[in-house]
Formats: sequence, C-alpha cells, structure tokens
Amino acid sequence: MAIIREMFKKNKKRYMTVPSEAAKDVPEGLMTKCPECKSIVLTKDLMKCDKVCPDCGHHYKMTAYERVDCLFDEDTFIPMDEGMKTVNPLGFPSYEEKVNADAEKTGLNEAVLTGIGEIDGQRIAVAIMDSHFRMGSMGSVVGEKITRAIEKATEEGVPFIIFTASGGARMQEGVLSLMQMAKTSVALSRHADRGLLFISVMTHPTTGGVSASFASVGDINLAEPKALIGFAGRRVIEQTVREKLPEDFQTAEFLMEHGQLDAVVHRSEMKKTLSTLIRFHTKEAR
Amino acid sequence: MVKPLPFEEPVIKLKEKIEELKNITDDAHVDMADEIRSLEERLQKLEADVYGNMAAWDRVQVARHPERPTTLDYIGYLFEDFIELHGDRAYGDDAAIVGGIASFGGTPVTVIGHQRGKDTKENIRRNFGMPHPEGYRKALRLMKQAEKFGRPIICFIDTKGAYPGKAAEERGQSEAIARNLVEMAGLRVPVISIVIGEGGSGGALGLGVANHIHMLENSTYSVISPEGAASILWKDAALAQQAAEAMKITAADLKEMEIIDEIVPEVMGGAHRDAAGQADAIGKAIRSSMDTLCTMDADQVIEDRYRKFRNIGVYKEGED
Repeated sequence: MAIIREMFKKNKKRYMTVPSEAAKDVPEGLMTKCPECKSIVLTKDLMKCDKVCPDCGHHYKMTAYERVDCLFDEDTFIPMDEGMKTVNPLGFPSYEEKVNADAEKTGLNEAVLTGIGEIDGQRIAVAIMDSHFRMGSMGSVVGEKITRAIEKATEEGVPFIIFTASGGARMQEGVLSLMQMAKTSVALSRHADRGLLFISVMTHPTTGGVSASFASVGDINLAEPKALIGFAGRRVIEQTVREKLPEDFQTAEFLMEHGQLDAVVHRSEMKKTLSTLIRFHTKEAR
Repeated sequence: MVKPLPFEEPVIKLKEKIEELKNITDDAHVDMADEIRSLEERLQKLEADVYGNMAAWDRVQVARHPERPTTLDYIGYLFEDFIELHGDRAYGDDAAIVGGIASFGGTPVTVIGHQRGKDTKENIRRNFGMPHPEGYRKALRLMKQAEKFGRPIICFIDTKGAYPGKAAEERGQSEAIARNLVEMAGLRVPVISIVIGEGGSGGALGLGVANHIHMLENSTYSVISPEGAASILWKDAALAQQAAEAMKITAADLKEMEIIDEIVPEVMGGAHRDAAGQADAIGKAIRSSMDTLCTMDADQVIEDRYRKFRNIGVYKEGED
C-alpha cells in the first residue's frame, strides 16, 4: 500500500543530487575568478602580481597587510596603536560583537592599519584602510589612529601617505564619526604648516565622509584604476536627479577627466611612483 | 498662523478652547473668568510639560519647520549694514550658501550660512539649502578674505546636507568640503558656528570647524538623517523616529559628548514662534564667544581650534 501511495504522491522528488567529484577536487580558495572578465587564475599566481588580474588588469581589493607587503622595504614596517579598541558610545545593539568578529576575520584591531616604514630606504608614516573591516568605515578608533599617524609624521618630519578604502563614516558612532573628519583635518593642517608632504592614494571604494575629508586633500591625489570614488552613493544620486548615470560615473578615470585627481596609477607602478614623489620632496632634493 | 506640529496638538487644542470661552464671555455677557483662569493655569503646565519633554523626533520636526527662521532672518536681526558678497570666482554663485560682511555691535565680521527657502519657489532657487561645491568654495573665499583683514567669522549651519547630484560630483563635492575642513583648521581669526536648524553631515561640517560651536535647543547635528540611518541600519525608513533617538542628534546629546560649547535656549514652542526673541538669545551666545576668542592672538586661535577637535572620539586603549 505504502508503495502505491508513494507512486501517486504529487510532490515526489524526481531526481537526486550526485555530489560532483570534480568540485571536491578544488580546495576552497585555490582558484580565484575575476569579477570583471571571469577568467580563473591560481590564487597563488594572483598574489604574485599584487592581486591584479593578469587578463584584464582588474585590481582586486587588498587587505591592509597585503599592501604593506607590496609597498615597504622588507621588515621595515612597524605598526602603531594596535591595542586601541572600539567601544559602543551610542549603545547600538551588537555593535561591539560585529567589530570583534571583523577583528577576528582580518587580524586588525580596526578598519585601518597605521605605522612607520621605509620605501626604498625613505622613511614615511602610513595609514592603510581595509574595506574588509566594517566596509572600512570610520569611527572614533579609525579617526584616532589616522590622526596619530599624521602626528607621528609631523613630529618626525617625514611624509604621510594614506591608502583610503572606505564606505564613509561609521553609522553606529553617530556624530562622533562625523567629527573624525574634522579631527584628521586639524592634524593635516599642522602637517602642512611644517611644509611636509601628504600623498593620498584612493583605492576601491573611497566614498562619503572619507572622500569628503583627508582622501581629497593630498598635496598629490592618486588613485588605483577603476576605483569607485565619490561623495554620495550612486543610488542616492539617481533618485535625486532622476536620470541614469554614465557607466564610468565616479570611477578614478572619471574623476581624473573632471580634474579631481593628479594621476591614476597601476598597482605595479605604485611603489615606484610613491618612491619617486617622496624623493622629490626630501630636503636634499630641494 | 503657524502650522502646529503633531506633538504640540494638546497645547493647540487647549488654547483654542480658551479662545472659545473668551469669545462666549464677550458675546453672551456670562462671567467665566474663573474657568478661563483655571484653564490658563492648566495651559501653562501643559506647555511646560509638552515643550519641556520633547523627544528627539519632535525636535527634528521643529528643526525642519518651514517657518523656522533662516540665516538671512537672523542676519537681519543681529547685524547692521550687511553687504552680501557673491560667487566662488571659479564656477558660479550658489544661492544655498549666503555670505558677506556686516557689523556686529560695531565690529566688522564675516557672516556665512546655509540658506533654505521659505516657499517652494525660493526653495528651488536655493536648492532647499543643499549646497554644490561652488557654495563651499564661496564660503572658503570669504573666510580667507576675513582672515586677511582680521575679521572674526560667524557661520550659521542649516542644511540637510551637501547636494547629492551629478554636477556636484563632477565639480568635486568631496574636495570642496574636505578643503574647507583643512583650511578652516588653519584660519588665523576666530570662527564661531551656530547650528540653527538641521546640521546634516559633511555638508554641515563644511562650515563647522569652529573655535566655538553652539546649537539652538531644537536643532540637530548628525552624520546622517534619521530616515537615512533607519534605512541603512534597519532597512526601513519608517523607523526614523527610533533612529532619531538612537543616533543622539539633539543639542543636549552633543553637549554631553562635549562636541558643542553651548546650547542656545529656544523660545517656547520653537524659534519660529518668535524670531526676534530667538535672535536675541543667539546674539548673546555670539557676544560671549567673541569676548573670549577676540582676546587670543592668531596662534592661540589655531591652537584652541586644534585642541577642540583633537580630543573628540571615544575608544579604549591598551590590551584588555
């Protein structure tokens, strides 16, 4: 009886999934598929070429530590303020848990890594934002770490370089986040007063409050190819102006065309470009 | 007639009732003086209760009130001989930011502020007080001019935010705001900013790197609008009321976080009920700031501003 009933059951499962042997063969993360051209490369090979797709030149997002590796002379980078911790000033539910989870995931204490290091033997202070940590958003700790890195540069009389990657201000810290834009600015103003160099390198994505503060006011503003850079989000603008925006809107190339950038620099040229710019600004060169 | 807001309805109703009774007394020669007096006492208590216990969302409504006095209204009350100066010398003149030179009790000052419109036509002309880059660049030009001639700078903040439009992006909205932040940090003259309505994010901060920041009691200052916060944090813009509370955007909140210096008390029911009276209160705040700041030399002014912003932020230090 049961068998007959089973035969007439409407929602009888008609097929079975056979686990594919092929899928099992490739361990997680061994291969990486380019989100632009869909070509598949060995992750190991991708890391060799600074995480740039060998086929189409797409610049993958980098972690802060990966950037340290491809920028600084070996073993010269010394991190700063790694013990600083985010608190929950507005009492947002599960905010600290989210931050802790990202700290676990990235090995960073917050969305920026700061420190001192050497590029071709030239000492600089650096801040490298990491969009893998809460979208690289800026709260009190990010603002404080960047400010201290700027102040370290000012104090030592060395250039300050920032790599930005951020969705903007951190919502969960409210107006305190907004004020980090002003805090970093007062520090940059002092740095500039001493006649010291500040280079901003905008990477994907640099938007909102980060774009509307330190990212845009370098003595020299550089960007990585195709990086998304802008003040307001694309969706917000489309809703406001009620028109379709061009495909390349708010890309690095779009900004350069509109006079907002000094240069778009391929990742493979970044270290050389920065090194040369720093050399032009040393006292010996002047 | 001022349009009432939802939270003040009980007050308005009671006022109407008292009016009604007074009319009856006049028309029918019935003596209801006792009733009226007792109702008026009740009204006083009710007003104190309603306006004394405003929720964050109520204040948002007052800050956005269409009849709330604007920068140009206050300029009219507070300064003599205001001469408006136009244009950024690079692209155009943004009507969403006004600025110029005026006399404050005999002292020449530079005044700059966001400017909303009061009706649809003026709002369209002034882009609802949402500036384009040329607005911020005009403001900076006027600040640099003030610095050259040693004039204190007074900024009125009243914007939903910098305009999120295509042209604004093309002309460098980010850079215009960012430039103002850094340049304001280094100004050799005192800067006083007063938030008179909405202080919307970077668009507000672009006039806000000041030695002293004051906020009107019912004004707000925030990183994002309550609607925006609700839609980002909880994916529902209808939760704006809760977001207004959670984001801590009122003058009292900012005072507690030590971001602002002084809360300027508002007249009962909000600034729109008595613009002249409100201007008086603002004038006192400006006067007291000027008295403190004008004794400083240029280096002290810059140091003072640096200290103010350098210390903002909440975090823990050291390994647990």
